[in-house]
Amino acid sequence: MATTVDVNGRALKVNAAPDTPLLWVLRDELGMTGTKYGCGIAQCGACTVLIDGQAMRSCQMPVSAVGAAKVTTIEGLAGTHPLQEAWVKLDVPQCGYCQSGQIMSAVALLAQNAKPDDAAITAAMDGNICRCGAYQRIRAAIKDAAAAPVATSAKV
Amino acid sequence: MNKPLDSLSAPTRRSLLVGATVVGGALLVGCSIPDALSAGSKFKPGAFGPFLKLAADGTVTVVSKHIEFGQGNHAGLAAIVAEELDADWSKVVVEQAPANAKLYGTPMMFGMQGTGGSSAINSSWTLLRNAGAAARAMLVEAAAKTWGVPAAEIMVSNGIVSHASGKQSGFGPLVAEAAKITPPQAPKLKDPKTFALVGTDLVRRKDSAVKSNGTALYTQDVVLPEMLTAMVAHAPRFGATVKSFDDAAARKVPGVVAVHKIPTGVAVVAQSTWAAKQGRDALKVEWDETKAEKRSSAQMLTAFKNLASGKTPAPEKNGWAAFESKGDAAKAAAGSGALDIAYDFPYLAHATMEPMNCVAMVGKGPPRLVFGSQFPTLDQINTAKIATVLPGSVEIETLFAGGSFGRRANFASDYVSECVHIAKKVGGGRPVKLVWTREDDMRAGYFRPMVHHTVRVTTDAEGYPATWRHRIVSQSIMKGSPAGTPKLDDSAIEGTKGSPYLKATPVVDAQLLIADTGVPVLWWRSVGATHTAYVMEHTIDQLAKRAGKDPVAYRRALYQKAGAKRHIAVLDLAAEKAGWASPAQAGWTRGVAVHESFGSVVAQVAEVKMENGQPKVGRVVTAIDCGTAISPDQIAAQMEGGTCYGLSAAMYGAITLTDGVVDQGNFDTYRVLRNSEAPTVETHILPSTNPPTGVGEPGTPVIGPAVANAILALTGKPTLSQPFVKA
Ligand code: FES
Ligand code: FES
Repeated sequence: MATTVDVNGRALKVNAAPDTPLLWVLRDELGMTGTKYGCGIAQCGACTVLIDGQAMRSCQMPVSAVGAAKVTTIEGLAGTHPLQEAWVKLDVPQCGYCQSGQIMSAVALLAQNAKPDDAAITAAMDGNICRCGAYQRIRAAIKDAAAAPVATSAKV
Repeated sequence: MNKPLDSLSAPTRRSLLVGATVVGGALLVGCSIPDALSAGSKFKPGAFGPFLKLAADGTVTVVSKHIEFGQGNHAGLAAIVAEELDADWSKVVVEQAPANAKLYGTPMMFGMQGTGGSSAINSSWTLLRNAGAAARAMLVEAAAKTWGVPAAEIMVSNGIVSHASGKQSGFGPLVAEAAKITPPQAPKLKDPKTFALVGTDLVRRKDSAVKSNGTALYTQDVVLPEMLTAMVAHAPRFGATVKSFDDAAARKVPGVVAVHKIPTGVAVVAQSTWAAKQGRDALKVEWDETKAEKRSSAQMLTAFKNLASGKTPAPEKNGWAAFESKGDAAKAAAGSGALDIAYDFPYLAHATMEPMNCVAMVGKGPPRLVFGSQFPTLDQINTAKIATVLPGSVEIETLFAGGSFGRRANFASDYVSECVHIAKKVGGGRPVKLVWTREDDMRAGYFRPMVHHTVRVTTDAEGYPATWRHRIVSQSIMKGSPAGTPKLDDSAIEGTKGSPYLKATPVVDAQLLIADTGVPVLWWRSVGATHTAYVMEHTIDQLAKRAGKDPVAYRRALYQKAGAKRHIAVLDLAAEKAGWASPAQAGWTRGVAVHESFGSVVAQVAEVKMENGQPKVGRVVTAIDCGTAISPDQIAAQMEGGTCYGLSAAMYGAITLTDGVVDQGNFDTYRVLRNSEAPTVETHILPSTNPPTGVGEPGTPVIGPAVANAILALTGKPTLSQPFVKA
């Protein structure tokens, strides 16, 4: 099935069976490997992308369901998002494999809640597993980015 | 000195040599092990040795013989070189070494190249200090020659070589001249008191940016021309083999290219991951289960318990083996009023964030692997056996890996071998990426062994242990090692063996029985300490409670008897920082635990409360003695991560089997710690001038008993099996 998906502001042609999860279309067809596979059943958050600004698990979204929605992946943040800067500043990543998903969930959180408290942070981030246990730095980095004045105006 | 690599110490020199020469044949008999293992390799190091490259643009590249899969070792290794070299830290980058046992092997791993036992920093300390100091001397000599001044008058600081005359240069312009100089054999090393980088917060990860923008390359992300993706249908029971299969439906899936029978199952090879999965799921396989393990884990545990109690007699061969004995054993068995308890630990999956995977090219030139290789030498040996080449000729490019926790260091190179078998069938050197789904990964075995302990302790008039009888029943991780199954597998007893509490007890009778099941087992972050630390530390709190003594004071008294000075130091530091002397904040109860593993001693005080019938852990104060601290921030990161990993297992971790089939498959059934459950860990590092010791693993085993001890203080009840929260 040939279709077009809007990823990071570009209309990209894809040719995949309609039931193919968006995750595999991004990774195998479009070569955007920043979005990771971790469980395939919406349990770990490694595959998190934004669909019209909402954090969604791309492993559970058939490409046919994306329609005209705007998809944002970690590649779309270009490494300059205040959250990414906070991640580097606090050396959040360990193995790093979960971090694209963590950051995308955090981007969606800050877009809705510019100054989240601890409860709001853990509520928004509980769907993202980090087996390395970088959780406390993830919380700290979100707070750090939220304190930065540009956080709320960053493009998502 | 402790044993930083105890978990890998059993293969004998001879067994490894034999292992390496099976493929190479008589040709290699008699060479040294590293020579045998690297025979066939074409790799040559540069002018500054195998660990360092200097470029004309001033870039300093530190070559790491160890994989980075989260531990932060690349930061530490780079800092050691940069310190002695007086490099500009911002110009230092890290590169992964190729597979070459001769250049990158570790003596305490019998010359093999690999990462394990929390030993990367420890085994590189002297090596990398020398590498940095030698290159510094070469740069100084080059500058002296170029400027016509005495070498002794030249200074190096922060990447600048200078002379009082005003002449100065970065490293770059001096590199060509320096490369012509013979490296000094015994360069002068710095006095640690003058370290400007090592031990400071300037030592930070080099990979945070690429791991925050999606560009860090993992095996999962490898794309090569003509590459195919493979998935394998594995047997549902360990030990089963393929009887027959029907691939008609699989072959109809668009994108499926081929189906191959391999030793571990049936592989579907396809143009994309999704096609491979659809194809694999469409296979119909009939399994030969004649040799399969069909017991449930509950039956296995009962068998272990019966062995421990003597209800089932121990086998005559490979029966009980004593690992600590002192005084009259009969006394240790008897004694009235003893504390008589038993502990059970389930199988655990590593559940790394990135499921196992590998890329292999076989059939054109030397076999080539691209993946996160934790033990390149083992992976070379196992690949060589399948591809019938010399081990050293197998090329391995090691990438970042999304965690390992022990899973990728495997005597059989299980998933690597699987990928090589498929790539061999595909042939022509065409790249094949083997992808395991989460379910494949979780059901493939190589779990932390299921373990049963029984403990019987009598006490003296003051409430301190007088006699200690200890029995451990466990599978052997070393089974399948090149050396075979040792009777006293250290990886099953370390932590009970060598415990200061046993040292402080007059009569000790501690024994191990290796039991077998068909379930493959493996080291799992902190290995034996995953259960021994729990048993020792939780038992001690139960004894302190019976004696009516404070757990910190009780431990201190025993450490004093045992002469365990480092234990006392971390215990006191953690107790002080946690405010042990004053009450915990309202609603919280404290628990303490201390354990030594991989050369480091860790003490933790955890604040715990019960929430919805399960423990919730808040603040965890950690004190660690890990010798010289290279990167305080990464030591803290490992304490944070190690604590989460250990707490996750203690709270929820359990792999169970029903009729031989693993019950769990994904994170919905194998629950792991999530953000809202993750404690806030505070790390305090004991100042030390000793050589650095492990930090990747020692933070894992202490939290379980610390939490159990808090629950004991809160409820008066011990917690004698893990996980705390039953499914
Ligand atoms: S891969 Fe999608 S949530 Fe885990
Ligand atoms: S950093 Fe390794 S899983 Fe999160």
